[in-house]
Amino acid sequence: MNIFDLLNTIDPQKITLDEQMASGRRAMFRQLGDWGKKMALGAIPLAATVTPRKAMAAHEDNADVLNFALLLEYLENEFYMMGLDTIVPKGTNDEKVFMQISKHEKQHVEFLQAAIKSIGGTPIDKPEFDFTAGGAFMPFSDYDQFKVLSQAFEDTGVRAYKGQAANLIDNDTLLTAALQIHSIEARHAAKIRMMRDEFGWIYFNHRGRGMPYATQPVYSGENMQTQAGVNLKTITTVDEGGFTGAFDEPLTKEEVTAIASLFLKK
Amino acid sequence: MRVPLTNRKESTVSARNQENLRRRSFLKFAGFATASTAIVLSGCKEVLDQLPYPVDVDPDDYVLKTVRLGKGDTGVLNYAYTLEQLEAEFYIQVVASSSFASMFNYYEQRSLREIRDHEVVHRDFLKAALGEKAIGQLKFDFKAVNFEDKQSILQTAKTFEDLGIAAYNGAGKRLASADLLTIAGKIVSVEARHASIIRSLVDTDPTSFAGDDIIDMNGLDLAYEPAKVLEAANPFILNKIDASEL
Repeated sequence: MNIFDLLNTIDPQKITLDEQMASGRRAMFRQLGDWGKKMALGAIPLAATVTPRKAMAAHEDNADVLNFALLLEYLENEFYMMGLDTIVPKGTNDEKVFMQISKHEKQHVEFLQAAIKSIGGTPIDKPEFDFTAGGAFMPFSDYDQFKVLSQAFEDTGVRAYKGQAANLIDNDTLLTAALQIHSIEARHAAKIRMMRDEFGWIYFNHRGRGMPYATQPVYSGENMQTQAGVNLKTITTVDEGGFTGAFDEPLTKEEVTAIASLFLKK
Repeated sequence: MRVPLTNRKESTVSARNQENLRRRSFLKFAGFATASTAIVLSGCKEVLDQLPYPVDVDPDDYVLKTVRLGKGDTGVLNYAYTLEQLEAEFYIQVVASSSFASMFNYYEQRSLREIRDHEVVHRDFLKAALGEKAIGQLKFDFKAVNFEDKQSILQTAKTFEDLGIAAYNGAGKRLASADLLTIAGKIVSVEARHASIIRSLVDTDPTSFAGDDIIDMNGLDLAYEPAKVLEAANPFILNKIDASEL
């Protein structure tokens, strides 16, 4: 299996899908103008966009992508500030860890706000959060729950940035910065997992010990058997726990929004 | 030609290569002046110990080829494949160390075994994805690493993991294919998880997992150009890597 052959192969199903989308897009453009165009293209699943970037018609607006990231960073930033004010034990190594993470989230908020302005966009305002998710969690009075949510937020952050990277492919500076934040989120996630006596990575699609069922959407879809058309079982002697752990999977904007919405004040 | 290695540990010699060495005519080695005396005077084991080149390198491959990574997305994937080969081989030797079980506690052993598995998967995946465009098996030189020493192993692991992150983060912009960019993203976050765990195991500073020594004032992780990455990796790779077409 050669990925380049794969990408060059004309997949009838894909063509049909693309043609359907193209005709659907054309119809929508006529009706809705530019706004409809942007929304329609934004709705194309990543899996359907096998076109090399030079040939791609358009991407989701860079400012929209960065504002989506900013929403997550607002959430994380406020979560850690509140945690450090309340539940994280003072004078401990844990406090040093969460202060370091909190520092990064604050830097990410400020960086993204500046980046959005630099490309002529407007940073969204910070929404009001409810970290109890309507009473389901008590992160600021139960330290275990604080760490549970911390892990869920960081593992979500990894998947969210990964899902958006391709939308920034036409802007090298923004793409590289997004990748640099993405790997920080993964460093955070592994550290918190270690503090929760877990290993640093995700097995299959398992949320792991002590993670409530409500966090499962953060881990669903992590147990991919194939990557870029390569069936991993056929090319390596490493077992499934190993090869699913070797790749982190992206989440779509819609999937991430569904997770983050649980923590928006109703 | 590189300076030949000496004092290779016999434990690093694979059974296959030992067999190859024994099977081949000693005359084939006679061109190596320093070895020839030993061949005459000593038995096979001493020869293995004194051969003036790394004994785990097939003698036929002794003159190592320059490896061209290629251009475009092929070049970027071969660049990643270079680093994944390096990491996989390193962790294979770590886990194979005779002191592995005595040096590391349960959490460390499982983490290192699973990191080895991840790197092997990354290596095998990239080879399969590249197909006939994949570079060959590279030859490595870990003489700077003491595989019987925990600190030496973990410090090297820390270097490799941070380097891997820097490489993928820096190379993302070179990929033309959106799908391959996402694939690279799937791998680099796992490298970042490794780096975080390894740094936590080797450093006493609790903030080391994403320490101020590597993370900048904007909270951004490392991102290096290929030349800088390969310069850092070069002491561990016996082949010359030609990344000029990247």
